[in-house]
Amino acid sequence: MIERTVTICNKAGMHTRPAAVLVKTAAKFKAELTIKKDAFEINGKSIIGVMTLAAEKGSSLILKFDGPDEESAAAAVVELIERGFDEE
Amino acid sequence: MDDTTHTTDEFVIKGIAAAPGIAMGPAYLYTKQVPRVERKPISPDEVEAEIERLNAANTRSEKELRKVLAFAEQKLGSDSAKIFEAQIMILTDAILMGTIKKRIAAELINAEFAVTDEVNKYRQMMLASPEEYMHERARDVDDVVNRIIRNIRDQKLFSKLEGASIIVSETLAPADTVIFSRNQILGYATDLGGVTSHAALLSRSLKIPAVVGLHSATKQIKTGDFLAIDGYAGALIINPGADTLKILQARAERFLAFEQQLAGIAALPADTLDKKHIELSSNIEFAEEIVFAQLQGSEGVGLFRTEMQLIGRAAYPSEDEQAALYAGVAEAAFPHPVLFRTFDVGGDKIAPDGQHEENPFLGWRGIRVMLDRTDIFLDQLRAILRASTRHNVRVMFPMVSTVTEVQRAKALLKQAMEELKRRGIKYDTRIRVGVMIEVPAAAVMAEQLAAEVHFLSIGTNDLVQYLMAVDRGNDAIAPLFQPFHPAVVRTLRHIVEAGHRKNVWVGVCGEMAGDPLATVFLVGIGVDELSVIPPVLPEIKKIIRSIKLKDAKRVADKVCALHTEHEIRAFLSSIIKNKVPEIPFDL
Repeated sequence: MIERTVTICNKAGMHTRPAAVLVKTAAKFKAELTIKKDAFEINGKSIIGVMTLAAEKGSSLILKFDGPDEESAAAAVVELIERGFDEE
Repeated sequence: MDDTTHTTDEFVIKGIAAAPGIAMGPAYLYTKQVPRVERKPISPDEVEAEIERLNAANTRSEKELRKVLAFAEQKLGSDSAKIFEAQIMILTDAILMGTIKKRIAAELINAEFAVTDEVNKYRQMMLASPEEYMHERARDVDDVVNRIIRNIRDQKLFSKLEGASIIVSETLAPADTVIFSRNQILGYATDLGGVTSHAALLSRSLKIPAVVGLHSATKQIKTGDFLAIDGYAGALIINPGADTLKILQARAERFLAFEQQLAGIAALPADTLDKKHIELSSNIEFAEEIVFAQLQGSEGVGLFRTEMQLIGRAAYPSEDEQAALYAGVAEAAFPHPVLFRTFDVGGDKIAPDGQHEENPFLGWRGIRVMLDRTDIFLDQLRAILRASTRHNVRVMFPMVSTVTEVQRAKALLKQAMEELKRRGIKYDTRIRVGVMIEVPAAAVMAEQLAAEVHFLSIGTNDLVQYLMAVDRGNDAIAPLFQPFHPAVVRTLRHIVEAGHRKNVWVGVCGEMAGDPLATVFLVGIGVDELSVIPPVLPEIKKIIRSIKLKDAKRVADKVCALHTEHEIRAFLSSIIKNKVPEIPFDL
């Protein structure tokens, strides 16, 4: 299992579109993804869960990857968030 | 006994006319009932069938939503359609559905309960969020759950909507309007809402009569009740008697005849008989409306409400996103002008980061917000400037009350220009700048404000509200909301004269611009531009083309000499009946 901490850096936060992109990216890998924000933990492959996080700009998330391809899953998802979901 | 009289006697509910037209037919009461869902135990050998029911319901729900999405994209544009995309994503969330199925099997519970209970966890968290847009998401989630449950129960969407009906509901969301418009709808009647609500706009473009703000219509009407809806007068008549029907029928025919008479007018100029040209443009809120406005004969856009793009959003759109929207509108309107009013948030209007205020109409709204949030304002100003390369863009600041505010807004506009210049982006260096006159202080100071800008545009709704100290939404004092009050008409004349003394043009973009009773007076005081909702454009043009400026001036003088609203209305009504006898309005 790998654990990473990331900060949401795109202006609008993790609203519907970024949430969908994140879920799609995570779904490409076998590894399970759990996202923790404050005291609140959701499945990173579930759009309703990621939407519910309402992670605004500057909020900190703990990502847990668990599975055979956890290394590459972590690299892809963390990079996506750090790129600001390719939004402004 | 009471019950029978209640259901057979004719009675009228007054509301607000939102979309013109007259129709008669049975009511369909549309209530957004939350389906009652109970936990029911199932036996282990029922699990498979229960999961199968859920799968089938999901397939049907997705099919329905895809249809709604396609229709919404066509009618409302891709931005507004995004709500439905999000709903489809929730519906096809493999993790969510997997969990629900696991719970059906492990807890031996019915599918309906499993769906409701599982989704409720997320719903609760969304509702607990301080962000208003998360509450919107919770409503989306509700819609999805209700859809799935309806499909699990194998109920059709509108089982009772047989044949053509008048829809009666508490409120209509864009989604509802979209869904209904695929059925045979004679009219819309809602308890809540105003003329600018999304549903009202949509029914106008679909040419379906609508009356909103009926307060208790849903409590007084049952499905199947016979109704008549009068989208001109803003009335809903329950159990109309033979006489009423005859009158309505005659009215409908008069309107129809008048509409046919107006058919060719779109291509003609809005000139008085003695050749004074009035720039007759339209108020729009969505880029998609411009096509309808042009068909109606609109000479450009006299008010584009930029804040409408903020609805349902968590944050202000980026400069690039706004620039794309504004450029599209400017391009569609070219060679005619488009007037972009900068974000008018606050009051009753949406703000992504708005806060609760005790007295929002006297609070932080319009230019007041933008001068405090210069980052957002500059983004918008740059976006508007970027759309101005063809020299047909105007920019206007709302809710101005002091000269200093205009000077600060202009300084920011200059700053936005300099930033674009540094980036090497082109824009109209001579873009026309204006002020919306809606605060009494601005009306009094119209001449001093005019000295700062290229034009003034009068927002009559707020001006009347502020001048009369009357909240138009408050039924108890509704009769005091008087657009033809002597104080109002004199103020309007003062503003126009003040503007002309400084050689700037003066327009009217409030509701009064589209009121046929006001046209002769407004032309008479010398208004240069009228911006109206597209459906009334041909009528207003017909009136302009039926009068002489010199007669209109005399009418205006007389109006300004009268002492009560009642006298003014009666006088203007007699003028219209005399000059434009074809006009079917009961003025």
